[in-house]
Amino acid sequence: MSSQAELDKVIRSEYEAGFTTLVESDTLPPGLSEDVIRFISAKKGEPEWLLEWRLEAYRKWREMPEPEWAHLHYPKVDYDAISYYSAPKSMEDRPKSLDEVDPELLDTYKKLGIPLHEQEMLAGVAVDAVFDSVSIGTTFKEKLAEAGVIFCSISEAVQEHPELVRKYLGSVVPKSDNFFAGLNSAVFTDGSFVYIPKGVRCPMELSTYFRINEANTGQFERTLIVADEGSYVSYLEGCTAPQRDENQLHAAVVELVALPGAEIKYSTVQNWYPGDENGKGGIYNFVTKRGVAHDNAKISWTQVETGSAITWKYPSVVLRGDNSVGEFYSVALTRHAQQADTGTKMIHLGKNTRSTIVSKGISAGKSSNAYRGLVRMGPRAENARNFTQCDSLLLGDRCGAHTFPYIESKHPSATVEHEATTSKVSDDQLFLCRQRGIDPEKAISMIVNGFCKEVFKELPMEFAVEAGKLLEVSLEGAVG
Amino acid sequence: MLEIRDLHAAVNGKAILKGLDLTVNPGEVHAIMGPNGSGKSTLANVLAGRDNYEITGGQAILDGHDLAELEPEERAQAGLFLAFQYPVEIPGVSNMEFLKAALEAVRKAQGKEEWDSVTLLRKAREACKQVNLDAQFLKRGVNEGFSGGEKKRNEIMQMLLMEPRLALLDETDSGLDIDALQTVARGVNSLRSPERGIVLVTHYQRLLDYIVPDHVHVLSDGRIIKSGGKELALELEQKGYGWLTGEEESA
Repeated sequence: MSSQAELDKVIRSEYEAGFTTLVESDTLPPGLSEDVIRFISAKKGEPEWLLEWRLEAYRKWREMPEPEWAHLHYPKVDYDAISYYSAPKSMEDRPKSLDEVDPELLDTYKKLGIPLHEQEMLAGVAVDAVFDSVSIGTTFKEKLAEAGVIFCSISEAVQEHPELVRKYLGSVVPKSDNFFAGLNSAVFTDGSFVYIPKGVRCPMELSTYFRINEANTGQFERTLIVADEGSYVSYLEGCTAPQRDENQLHAAVVELVALPGAEIKYSTVQNWYPGDENGKGGIYNFVTKRGVAHDNAKISWTQVETGSAITWKYPSVVLRGDNSVGEFYSVALTRHAQQADTGTKMIHLGKNTRSTIVSKGISAGKSSNAYRGLVRMGPRAENARNFTQCDSLLLGDRCGAHTFPYIESKHPSATVEHEATTSKVSDDQLFLCRQRGIDPEKAISMIVNGFCKEVFKELPMEFAVEAGKLLEVSLEGAVG
Repeated sequence: MLEIRDLHAAVNGKAILKGLDLTVNPGEVHAIMGPNGSGKSTLANVLAGRDNYEITGGQAILDGHDLAELEPEERAQAGLFLAFQYPVEIPGVSNMEFLKAALEAVRKAQGKEEWDSVTLLRKAREACKQVNLDAQFLKRGVNEGFSGGEKKRNEIMQMLLMEPRLALLDETDSGLDIDALQTVARGVNSLRSPERGIVLVTHYQRLLDYIVPDHVHVLSDGRIIKSGGKELALELEQKGYGWLTGEEESA
């Protein structure tokens, strides 16, 4: 754990990631049309099939209404005021190594605490960092290549492994799945691609850091992870964004494919800029994350959500194969004017499928925090089982917590259990801490961290520490 | 070190302490006894600064600090420790984590050297041993799923580590069997020192067989109505509180 001095420093800091890197960008004027999509596709040198795929997505998207069912209130997004392509200019000539990378970019990562140079030396984590829309540095490639693991940007995968991309892209989240996924399919610029071959246990945790940089540039990451039969991979995603005044749209799509006997563990620590006290300038985060688990496969989502003005996110698992397992562990913290409508969907199709949902919502300030979860037992889901635990913790009396569980069972032998609690940090707990000399802010943060422990223990070690620190920072001023 | 003069206090607006005087000098052990509802626990909570326990008159001074002017954590940092009558659970926060935060805050405020993790763990294990708690309890959530007796011993364990200037024990003996009572008493006795004051709030004389007090006070209706030496406690046991308060009481 961090020392007290470090924690104090963190507690005092305002949103440290709030700075803008001055990098010249090759940015499209705002607006979306077929020409814009052709531009993006041409810029990336994509094959014809992918352009067609994008155009088809765009045409469908134009006819789709924006969803309004979520427990969220925000002004309509003007999709024509967004610029759909932006790449740092110095990327025109791809740097051959990190040494050639724009020092200002590297400095940005340093401020975020992810110095690539050091990460190359620190064993264990390979980083595919997304700066705006183009990947700038990929490490540990050789070690992964030895194991036969492919870990690269999705643009690179389109060029190098078109057969895999073509087979699986949109296979989990179809391009017209929902409004935001449709938009993403039309205009996605970059993201990560992972392929783990049959029977391979990925030798290290894979990690991507995202960052929005250009003003008014929507970010449309596309991530595709395919774990072939009997393989295993743990993937970490973390993000943060600079402070600014206009709302920034973020509509990512993540697709996971766990083939028979494979296991994918996907962990997220999300720290997008949440906006000021009134929510001004925060990120709008509309994400579609879904995995398909084939026979005996397992998909586990763990997320710690502390950022964004608006969060709309339901990492889901389609339990297609018999004996497949789906898990969702989530901590969502909202404060100030943040709004989160998040949860999961567990779609049980196969026999003996099992799913576990543990959701911890923490609301402070005048924020609103909703859990929305769907558990569906299909007509073939013999002996399927789900357990859902959904706990809410309120700090203060101006915030709200809501739970919207949806349960559909079409098989008589399926079991669905749902437990929900709502509690407040008790005065007695706070007094015990204060009587032992602990100041109220530290005490609240400790109590909240304890509340989240079941979820944090699912995170890889370094990430768990980072997540704890994030909560600590986020809870600053949440007392009283 | 602790000077309480004409202390008046209210709980949720209801007057409970009505002019209490008490002086505790370093090295002394005081027992505050009295029937239920006499204000014993109120005194402990008022001194520690619990919400809704309000000083409405008089003063409580600890080593020159007017307690009314300090936040609860500042009182703790000034060396005041309260062993709770009903220790609350904090799920998911391990005892060790909790102790680390508490000791860091208090030792820093007192200008004592910080303990590194190794020292802290060693001291914590010793303290556990002293109160017959398995070291596994350090890893468990604070009081989470502990039995009544384990909670009380956990309080004493914390007290041993915190090395308070003034220790207040609020009915620490309630709900303990004789073995646990002796364990707790051994822990408290090991803390007796010329530098430290100890105030035991208790309903029964039984604890005082093991922690022999220098002074015994009887509290009734928010005032101390009689003070004496350790023999006063024995007398109370024989005669009950009615002898002093003029009321029937079946203690």
